Order: sequence, then structure tokens, then C-alpha cells
Amino acid sequence: MEKFEKLSGVAAPLPLINVDTDMIIPKQFLKTIKRSGLGVNLFDEMRYDDDGNEIPDFVLNKPAYRNAEILVAGENFGCGSSREHAPWAIKDFGIRCVIAPSYADIFYNNCFKNGILPIALPQEQVDILMAEAEKGANARIEIDLEAQTVTTSEGEVIRFDIDPFKKHCLLEGLDDIALTFEKVAAIDKFEAAASAARPWV
Amino acid sequence: MSPKTLYDKIWDAHLVHEAEDGTSLLYIDRHLVHEVTSPQAFEGLRMAGRTVRAPDKTIGVPDHNVPTTLDRAKGIENEESRIQVEALDRNAAEFGIHYYPVSDIRQGIVHIVGPEQGWTLPGMTVVCGDSHTATHGAFGALAHGIGTSEVEHVLATQTLIQSKSKNMKVEITGKLAPGVTAKDITLSVIGETGTAGGTGYVIEYCGEAIRDLSMEGRMTVCNMAIEGGARAGLIAPDEKTFDYVKGRPHAPKGAAWEAALAWWETLKSDADAHWDKVVTIRGEDIAPVVTWGTSPEDVLPITAKVPAPEDFEGGKVGAAKRSLEYMGLTPGTPLNEVEIDTVFIGSCTNGRIEDLRAAAAILKGRKIKEGLRAMIVPGSGLVRAQAEEEGLADIFQEAGFDWRLAGCSMCLAMNPDQLSPGERCAATSNRNFEGRQGRGGRTHLMSPAMAAAAAVTGRLTDVRDLMKVDA
Repeated sequence: MEKFEKLSGVAAPLPLINVDTDMIIPKQFLKTIKRSGLGVNLFDEMRYDDDGNEIPDFVLNKPAYRNAEILVAGENFGCGSSREHAPWAIKDFGIRCVIAPSYADIFYNNCFKNGILPIALPQEQVDILMAEAEKGANARIEIDLEAQTVTTSEGEVIRFDIDPFKKHCLLEGLDDIALTFEKVAAIDKFEAAASAARPWV
Repeated sequence: MSPKTLYDKIWDAHLVHEAEDGTSLLYIDRHLVHEVTSPQAFEGLRMAGRTVRAPDKTIGVPDHNVPTTLDRAKGIENEESRIQVEALDRNAAEFGIHYYPVSDIRQGIVHIVGPEQGWTLPGMTVVCGDSHTATHGAFGALAHGIGTSEVEHVLATQTLIQSKSKNMKVEITGKLAPGVTAKDITLSVIGETGTAGGTGYVIEYCGEAIRDLSMEGRMTVCNMAIEGGARAGLIAPDEKTFDYVKGRPHAPKGAAWEAALAWWETLKSDADAHWDKVVTIRGEDIAPVVTWGTSPEDVLPITAKVPAPEDFEGGKVGAAKRSLEYMGLTPGTPLNEVEIDTVFIGSCTNGRIEDLRAAAAILKGRKIKEGLRAMIVPGSGLVRAQAEEEGLADIFQEAGFDWRLAGCSMCLAMNPDQLSPGERCAATSNRNFEGRQGRGGRTHLMSPAMAAAAAVTGRLTDVRDLMKVDA
């Protein structure tokens, strides 16, 4: 997995609550058997009209945000389905960090498996960053995962919390499966004991 | 020993390893896979030269993409859909997992097939690359959706890296009024707590109204736990659970049954267990409900009116405005005057036999409103066969419904069953998100009986108006 250490980039403002995974990547794009190539369809139904033309008003179509690497959004971001196509599409577009007051559980976990940092902050601080994002390409936001800070273009430093294990995996770009294989003896032992205790499973 | 919730007990029974920071490795008893979220996971295994650790605990069935028209034996027209289903066919054979192909009568929606075949049992951990895995919680199993990377992790290791959720109790007291169903319970709970109200929690549903539900109804309630943001929803197993499970193809038999039963009977929250959050709703207060917006929390009794953005606070004001615009609704309009174009009865939420019986009870001897498009998609081939045996299929067809083969169908519209822009649908599925049932499609969620009533009148309808209630 790609490491996440520091990021300095333009943040796109998406001031909507309950952004669901159907919005992030509509179902017609779930038919792929690959992980890549979904960026062009990120937010497809908000981004393109019925004829496939870009809707100029949508944030990622605006010149200032076409290369955004950070997304600032409202509460309960990523609610709905478990589709990992949502973080795949976000990453494929070039966004490596999402900032919102809260996330849906499965989406949040899926981000970490793909080198994306989802930062949860209180609404007031998200409001500050949303205003910052509204400034466009001249306002670059800096993220430092090791230090757990977000720094605005004006130098305001905002600290964020993150689970230490998830932070460690993201900083090192660790592969979960390889990590779990290190505990294979414990799995073997559990499996033997469980199949004696609950043989019907 | 300190008192425990049901969730605590299942968690403890599956804990392989716990790190100092609480990061845990949980053993997975059943892994269900479908064609949409698994191809990249199997490909990952192949690339790394890994195998499926427990193929005998892994069950595959194609459901999202499959056509539901009667001629589906001729194959899937859409090339991408076909490739995805063929990939699952191939992966199931290559990795040696249990498999129900499209041609098998037992094929259906993964969350209907699992319980039907006896794969889902009380006290188990069940995962699937699908958020509606919560359905299996109805058996007192810890069941939740996972992403594709986690699917690959479970395939390779039969475990999942987890941190423990908090405990939330949702109690539905008393009795439900006539015309009120499990779907009305689960929607009403989300209406009360919001779509993020359950985030960080595992919900245990309890109370007299939950106990009174059949297993089908309990599955409907747990199915939508995810719509309330919870990781999982569960219900303690009881006699109804054991009766449902007994005799299913993969349920334990003989001495194994007795041993299993002895453990299952212990699977309940201790009386003095700690709850981090408690929500109590009186069963008598629940009405037949519909959704008016584009979030499952946008729930109102059918007797209410379309709300206005000013009725809300904070970010919800803008969200409601956007929803009303998308839904083409005017504040103040009585909900039962909203005309519909289409009715969809089916999905993992409401595609079981009891759901079809409830719809048939309303549709018997009636016709759908002229010009309406209406389809019933059973949740599995076996549900379809049973409905035909019980004469329900005849009732549906005589009423004017299209009687389909099993699959996810118009719940998420990955197959050809889709809404057109602006088309308004009374649906028994689980999500009313923008574009969910087709780009520009407008979804109102409700129970099967309410959807059947809407089919008869051509508008959102209070099912109680069509019920003959004996005094």
C-alpha cells in the first residue's frame, strides 16, 4: 500500500452532509473487475449531465479544483454501501485526504486500506477549513500525519486524532494481510479450540 | 465475571488476538461473497500466490448483476455484468468455495440465501462485501459489511482486524398496530436516530414488538441497521430462531444440534449489562411510514405532509432543500397525494416469503392502477418456488405485477431493472439515495404491504385504508 506521510495541496469544498457512496461512485461503475480507472467517474452524477458533459458549477470541474488532493465535506461522509470503489475512485482522481466532521464506519475503514487519510474534526474546525478551501488554488492546506496536524494557508494549525494502529499502517504503507500472517500460529490455535468447542461451525 | 451484552459474548468467543491498543483479530465463521465486491480480492490472492484459508466457510452467489427476466438462461447481455458473474463462477471453482450459480434454484440475494440454506447460525461471526450483511444479525450473529480489501483479508486469513464498537440497545415496547410491520419499525428507528445515530455502535434490538416478529421480520429490522450507521444490528436468538434454523441444509443435526442449542440458549445480554446508548420506542406509536427525501432518515408517517427545509436545523436545511428538489416535491403536500409511476417489491430487506404474503394479502382480488409499472422480485429461487406453490404468484400476475426471477434487481439497478430520470417509485428496498435506482429516479421506501397499496391506487397510500380489519 502507498504510504501517507505529508501532503500539501488544494482542498475542494463539498459542503454537503450525508454524502453517500452512490454519489461518490454510482453503481454502473461497480462492474469493473479492476481497482483502477474510476477517478474519471468520481461523483459522476453530480459532475456530468445526461449527455456526459461536465457541469461547470460542480466543484471538481472548476479550474481551481481540478487537481485537488484534499476534499472537505459535511458530516457522515461515505454513508451507504460497503463498495471500496468509493475510496478507489477518490484516490484515482488524486485525492489523498478527506476532512469531515464524521464518517460512515465501513467507508472510513476502507480509506485506510488504500492509502487515503480520512480526518475527523469538530464542525467548527471543518468550517474553518471549508472557508479555506473556498479560496481555491491559492490556498494550499498542509497535512502532516506524523504530527497529526492540518495547517491552513494562513498558518493556523489544527490537531486531529487518529487510531495509533491505523496511523502506523498508513505511515509505513503496511499490508494488513502480511501483518495478520505474522499471527498465523494464534489463528491455528484459535481454530483448533473453536472447532472442538463449536464443531457445528 | 462482569455482565456482558450479546455483542460482548460473540466478540469474546471469536477473539483470536488483542493488541494493547485494543486492535483485535476476530475469527470469521461465515464469509459470503458476491460478484461485485470480490473479483479484485480473488485477483489479489492470485497475485500473491495465496489460497482461501477456509473454503468450507466461504459461500458464493451472484446476485447484484443478474437479470431477473424469465429469459435469463440465454445469458447476460451487458458485457461488464457478464464478465463479473463469470469471474465469480471461475473464482468459486478455482478456490473451491461453496457456490450457487445463476442456474441453481437456490440462487438469490446473498443475504436471503445464507439464512435459507442454514449457513447463518446464532452466535456466529458473518461478513460479506456488502453493507446489508447486517441482515444476519436477526439470528443473534455478529454480521457486518466489509470492503474488498477486507474480503481479501478474510479469504486469506479467515480473520478480520477490528476495534470493538460500543453497545446500543434499541427497545421497541408493546404491540404493533394493524398495518404496521418490521419495515415500519426499522425506518422509524432511523427516523428517530438519524443515519449517523448508530455510527460506532452495534445495536441490539429487543422488546416485545421485536420478540413478536417472525424471523423474516427480524431480518428486515437488522438489514437496515447499516442505514442507521451502526456496524451491525442483532437480536438475541429464541425459540423462533431455533425453529427457523432446524432442518436447514447446513444447520447442525443430531448430537451436534443439541450441543449447538445448549450454547445458543446462553446467547442473550445479561440483565445488568452496560449500554452506551439506549433508544426506546413504543410499538403503539409506530405508524405505517414512507420516506420523502434522499436519505433513509427522511421518514414520516403516511398521514403526514411533505416537510419544508425550514422544519430542520444545521446542515439538514440545505440537505432537505436539495432532497425536495431532487424528489420533485412541494412542502405541505399530503404524502398520500403523491402519485407514483412504478412499484418495486423485493430486495434483501423485503424479498422473503412473508413479504410476498403481505403484498399478496393487499393485492388479492385487486388490480394495479392502469399505466403503472410494477414488479415483484423474489429474494431467491426457493422463495419464488414457494410463492408459486402458495398461489401468491397468481395473485401478483392477476393484479398486473411482473413476476420475476431472483436477484437484487431494482434495489440498486446494476442489472437492467432501473428507473428513468424523474420516474417515481414505491420501493421496499433500503436506500433512497439520489440515483440509487437509476439516474434521476425518485425512491420512496416503505413496507411490502404499503407498496402493494400504492400499486392499487397509483399514489402513496395508507395501507390501513385498504385493509379489512375485523373489529
